[in-house]
Amino acid sequence: MSSTILISGGTLPDGRKSDLLIKDGKISEIAAKIEPQGAHVIDAAKSILLPGLVDLHTHLREPGKEDAETVESGSRAGVKGGFTALSAMANTSPVADTAGVVEQVYRLGQSTGLLDVFPIGAVTRGLEGEHLAEIGAMADSVARVRVFSDDGHCVFDPLVMRRALEYVKKFNGVIAQHAQEPRLTQGSQMNEGIVSSQLGLKGWPAIAEEAIIARDVLLADHVQARLHICHLTTAGGVEIIRWAKARGIKVTAEVTPHHLLLTDELARSYDPIFKVNPPLRTEADVMALREALADGTIDIVATDHAPHPAETKECEWQEASFGMLGLETALSIVNKTMVETGLMNWATVADRMSYAPARIGLYENQGQELNVGAPAHIAVMDPTSLFTVDRDLVASRSRNTPFHGMELPGQIVATIFNGAVVYEESQS
Amino acid sequence: MRHLLSISDLSKVEALQILNTAEELARVSDGPMKKLPTLRGRTIVNLFAEDSTRTRISFEAAAKRLSADVINFSAKGSSVSKGESLKDTAQTLQAMGADAVIIRHSASGAAQRLADSQWMTGSVVNAGDGTHEHPSQALLDAFTIRRHLAHGGDDLTGLHIAIVGDVLHSRVARSNVLLLTKLGAQVTLVAPPTLLPVGVESWPVKVSYDFDSIIESVDAVMMLRIQLERMTELFFPNAREYSRYFGLNKDRLKKMKPTAIVMHPGPMNRGLEITADSADSARSVILEQVTNGVSVRMAILYLLLAGSQEIGVSE
Repeated sequence: MSSTILISGGTLPDGRKSDLLIKDGKISEIAAKIEPQGAHVIDAAKSILLPGLVDLHTHLREPGKEDAETVESGSRAGVKGGFTALSAMANTSPVADTAGVVEQVYRLGQSTGLLDVFPIGAVTRGLEGEHLAEIGAMADSVARVRVFSDDGHCVFDPLVMRRALEYVKKFNGVIAQHAQEPRLTQGSQMNEGIVSSQLGLKGWPAIAEEAIIARDVLLADHVQARLHICHLTTAGGVEIIRWAKARGIKVTAEVTPHHLLLTDELARSYDPIFKVNPPLRTEADVMALREALADGTIDIVATDHAPHPAETKECEWQEASFGMLGLETALSIVNKTMVETGLMNWATVADRMSYAPARIGLYENQGQELNVGAPAHIAVMDPTSLFTVDRDLVASRSRNTPFHGMELPGQIVATIFNGAVVYEESQS
Repeated sequence: MRHLLSISDLSKVEALQILNTAEELARVSDGPMKKLPTLRGRTIVNLFAEDSTRTRISFEAAAKRLSADVINFSAKGSSVSKGESLKDTAQTLQAMGADAVIIRHSASGAAQRLADSQWMTGSVVNAGDGTHEHPSQALLDAFTIRRHLAHGGDDLTGLHIAIVGDVLHSRVARSNVLLLTKLGAQVTLVAPPTLLPVGVESWPVKVSYDFDSIIESVDAVMMLRIQLERMTELFFPNAREYSRYFGLNKDRLKKMKPTAIVMHPGPMNRGLEITADSADSARSVILEQVTNGVSVRMAILYLLLAGSQEIGVSE
């Protein structure tokens, strides 16, 4: 594993051009010029070096839906996207609501060994929203779970949410809420607005998301607990988070790459490849999300990577599953929507995609600045090289990328995890 | 024209071409030889994944009058109801050599999915998809309105048409809004606010919550079927209250212009959105709509499958 690696001529997040030497799993030297001396050399002359990306929201589907993804295939997709840590969502089958399941997922991640897999525990037993899952046991397990989420389902009952927020304070945990008022979204298919009115697809109002966010920031304030809002999609939600932060409430929020780029106009194709929960919103929402990510109101980018087998997407819109792939294209989309637009620099990208998610998840050893002595988790990315997304070439086991055929800027040249090259772009 | 999926795919010229062709075909239907040989040897599949006797029969009659072979493939007892995917059904129809598929489906966008996919190559006619569109219904409605009210004019300029009822869930309303406004008519939607979609403000129509305030000014009222389960979904308190505010009854009928007509796409809930005396009144053109449906659907199939062949000329 731990050979010596020299990343030559790359640009650090702060803009400095440096050579970087990796030895024994750590960054051993950063200098203008380092002699290779037999090290494996990665030419990064055109590339940016980022701390290994950390995803706080990944569906790895194992156990239970291995036809869509496994911990192993999801790890491969992750390192291809520059990630060195993923957070496996709890909505597996069986649900990750016991120490046994989170330990299984954790061990699968360890044995794959391409990156860190941090299991997320369910908030409620079976994601049913009624009884707390074995939160303490999951926290104390070898998986050391700190993030709990019923993602895919909203923790709707306000009392259950309050208790969960309070309970995880014992170990400084965080509840990651899937904000979706269930009554306002019964049978909902897409953002409610002009496009849904024309398409005759049942609307999913922004208020269904915002009402839960508003309730939960107030709950978090009341019990002085940590709250994380999954996949924020609306301009109104941004305003609530901004208000809550100004008030000192311990809330963090994430946005997905797809919500930074795509809008509900894509539903006009009726192609369920664009069907996702929460739904794609309007151009105005997209712009508000970008601005909020840039100014820190939204703390992180998280992929909500959601692999699905082909048959659940090759059908009528209303029959199709919600969700899209995200790991392999996340950084390119952030490059396209945030960096190329001048909204963010690479230092901020490092924060939103590595430092901050690791901080929220309490992932020690991840999300650290590229300094001598730090663990060598590094993404090397050439921001100028364009590539065309091809669903037939993804590392994921599923093909449901909404970006198929789209030209995106920024290819991952190499990903280094614990001082080992876990992904390197083929030089063909 | 390769498919008919949505009125928004039609230009005004194309829409008028369908209506004009339907007029010619209606003349043939009125003659002694009802049947034309135009589509002899062509196979048309009626894929009805949702029950709809009247639309299926109308398309079937239209296809048969053009001498096409018609295969009916309906929901009950078919592979569709056994959970077969739309993709597998489409590929099966393709393998059997269907030249056109007329699809009725409960999912909005099902017809477009069929047309855009690589699953089959034949023409697709949308016979109603979920709460999206029902273009052939709008075309037969426009045809009926034009016959009665256009005074020999080509389009519907100057006419005021009210579409009344459950606009939110109505594919008939969506197609009619697009078509009637394309043809120059002014459309007012009349419904309780709960049964209008968020986003309706972007539609090229006026909206009224008060049926009585517009009844005197309209040239046609199009009553939409109201489904009783909407009550349990809290869209309105009860049937009585719905009828009182949004039903067509004798009092409202009396206030209409002398020339104004009453339309309904069927099937009707007599006593709910329309009283029996309104449905059966001299203003009612509801049965004509059914008759005209066959001519309009003949025109659609003719233009899709026979292209530029002249009507009445055998191959």
